[in-house]
Amino acid sequence: MSLPTTLLAELTYRCPLRCPYCSNPLEMTQAAAELSTADWKRVFSQARNLGVLQLGLSGGEPLVRKDLEELVAHARQEGLYTTLVTSGLGLVRGRLDRLREAGIDHIQISFQDVDTDMAEKIAGVRSVKQKLEAAALVKSLDLPFSVNVVLHRANLDRLEAIIAMAAELGADRLELANTQYYGWALENRAALMPTRAQVDRARAIAEQAIKRFRGQMQIIFVLPDYYESYPKPCYGGWGVNYVLVTPEGRALPCHGATSISTLEFVNVRDHSLEWIWRESPIFNAFRGDAWMKEPCRSCPRKATDFGGCRCQAFQLTGDAANTDPVCILAPQRGMIDAALGEAGPLEYTYRSLPAEPQRA
Amino acid sequence: MTLDTDSVPRLWRLARLDFDRVRQRPVLLYPEGAVFINESGRAILELCDGERSIAEIARVLGERFNVDVLQDVIEYLSRMIDRDLVVIGRAAARSPV
Repeated sequence: MSLPTTLLAELTYRCPLRCPYCSNPLEMTQAAAELSTADWKRVFSQARNLGVLQLGLSGGEPLVRKDLEELVAHARQEGLYTTLVTSGLGLVRGRLDRLREAGIDHIQISFQDVDTDMAEKIAGVRSVKQKLEAAALVKSLDLPFSVNVVLHRANLDRLEAIIAMAAELGADRLELANTQYYGWALENRAALMPTRAQVDRARAIAEQAIKRFRGQMQIIFVLPDYYESYPKPCYGGWGVNYVLVTPEGRALPCHGATSISTLEFVNVRDHSLEWIWRESPIFNAFRGDAWMKEPCRSCPRKATDFGGCRCQAFQLTGDAANTDPVCILAPQRGMIDAALGEAGPLEYTYRSLPAEPQRA
Repeated sequence: MTLDTDSVPRLWRLARLDFDRVRQRPVLLYPEGAVFINESGRAILELCDGERSIAEIARVLGERFNVDVLQDVIEYLSRMIDRDLVVIGRAAARSPV
């Protein structure tokens, strides 16, 4: 059994943004159910002892946690390469100074678009000015800095300008991630789905920019899997190198796994991460290839893409052991082709949390 | 990129050299990635400080191990440069904060 290399810690579901492609689940929990500071520190230490090297501090918006600096300091003491994944809202001078002192390795700020009106329509709130200020602040402190932009129908045509914006902000790294359809994004698929022409153009622009900016800004272009012929090798396979822990402490082998209702979920409050990684039924559910059905079972690609994404298979076909329907060899590929043609109006269902529970 | 002995290599700003106590191996960490390296790789990368040239790095290591390592250093750094984990150019002075 391999050792995990990456932990994504979703510290909270609270977030000032309401992006319609958020990868958080449709049913989210409020602050009251979040893991404590001590819980997270224990999880980070257990993760490092288990072999984890990379820590992503994500959410929601991790800056809404007042203990973020304390968590970063603990992660760095453990030797984890620590990335803050933030909207930039709340990243003010005092907090950034403290994060730097705590040893943050790398800060990733999301941008929704280069066009202010569209960026704020996507985010669901006024946010561009604060993001630009946060990026400038990160730059002025000379901290390693990435820009992340989720791509979809409403912003793909401005890709060239988006790349120029990231370069102008002084990003060391730009992550251009075509939308993956889980959680809120699946809910909004008809409004987010790009056309094939948009995707082809964007791919050409990205390939050129990767070369042009080499040495100045590393550009990563995450392919839109619906337009591919074969599925993505999700996190290198189930239970191979990745662990995600949700705000309330569920440990998952991938982002979308919370949607697979047939799984038996486990919580870091009840078990050590080592037990979860090695022994838990959920992390063993799709390890290796014994669970595979045809066409995966006899397919030579099974060692390359591991049958694709279990969460996508479950969400779309109702059986997590089916071939990811993105695969052209999958009997359900027709569902993907149908989705490519279902473009609807640019009307989003915005991400929202349930109302705050009444305090006695 | 052609590497010559006057080139001054340094780690990519986002990369950090560390030792993984779990696997007992040196490792180069960077956003969303980790490369495990061997001891000679670590010896080379530790000297990539944005001040020493490749010739100087090879000289330090040559004295330490008592062999000519220049070709090995050039080949190793070429591979790391191809992966964007090492860049060529003197370290810029840090901007005042």
